Amino acid sequence: MVVVFFTYFALASIIAAGLTVALKHPVHCGLALLALLVHVSGFFILLNAEFIWAMQVIAYAGAILVLYLFVLMLMNLKTDDRYFHASYLYFLAPAAIGSLYVLFLLVRSPFGGAKGDATTVAILQNGDTYAVGIKMFSDYLLQFEIVGVFLLGAVIGAIVLAKTPKPTNNERKA
Amino acid sequence: MVPLSAYVAVSAVLFIIGLLGVLIRRNFIIVLMSVEIMLNAANINLVAFSYYLESMAGQLVALFIIAIAAGEAAIGLAIIIVVFRGKISTNVDEMNLLKW
Repeated sequence: MVVVFFTYFALASIIAAGLTVALKHPVHCGLALLALLVHVSGFFILLNAEFIWAMQVIAYAGAILVLYLFVLMLMNLKTDDRYFHASYLYFLAPAAIGSLYVLFLLVRSPFGGAKGDATTVAILQNGDTYAVGIKMFSDYLLQFEIVGVFLLGAVIGAIVLAKTPKPTNNERKA
Repeated sequence: MVPLSAYVAVSAVLFIIGLLGVLIRRNFIIVLMSVEIMLNAANINLVAFSYYLESMAGQLVALFIIAIAAGEAAIGLAIIIVVFRGKISTNVDEMNLLKW
């Protein structure tokens, strides 16, 4: 059963990512990105990470994607006929060869490593949100605070950048 | 049972699609969307390793990546609005004012 779901999420997310890159109209690209985000969140359910799933749906699909669509509709873009880069065909062949090689290496490697203490049984005892919370506010408290300061800086920066500039003195006289 | 390498392969494919999008698209907003695809591929990797290596660190880093993506989207779109106000174009080939 898990394999069926995994196959569905994998195929759907790869197709949605391809459409995001290949579609012509920017709003269609945004909707394809929404499909990608929702299907990627399905992986998180399969991997016992319900809290990340909720964050993916709320923060990515709910906030970031709406911001993209808002800016797209605010600017009312004309669709460009030449929407790909002028020499994009030159990128494709080396990209295909390189990606096939990377895939070959990835599928062959064993992926061993030291195991931690968060086994599936331990996580399911109190839920994934509990486990994430305990870890975040003990070992990762400093990183959490840094991300908070970073987001504050991003909010201030976005407001300062997007504010309508005041007319200078010369423009007022003219 | 799905092996870990399957998750890593899906994540690699998504990352390469996002990288291609950054390289070949000319619309600035689509380039930012391709960056989001790459961040999502990294998130799949982190959560998959967190599950198979039984450690919470991957999930926490995935959360921080989501926060960073939110900040990046806000700043990037603000920059797009500033550029669009001055030049009425979101084509990345035509933004060359820093090339001096």
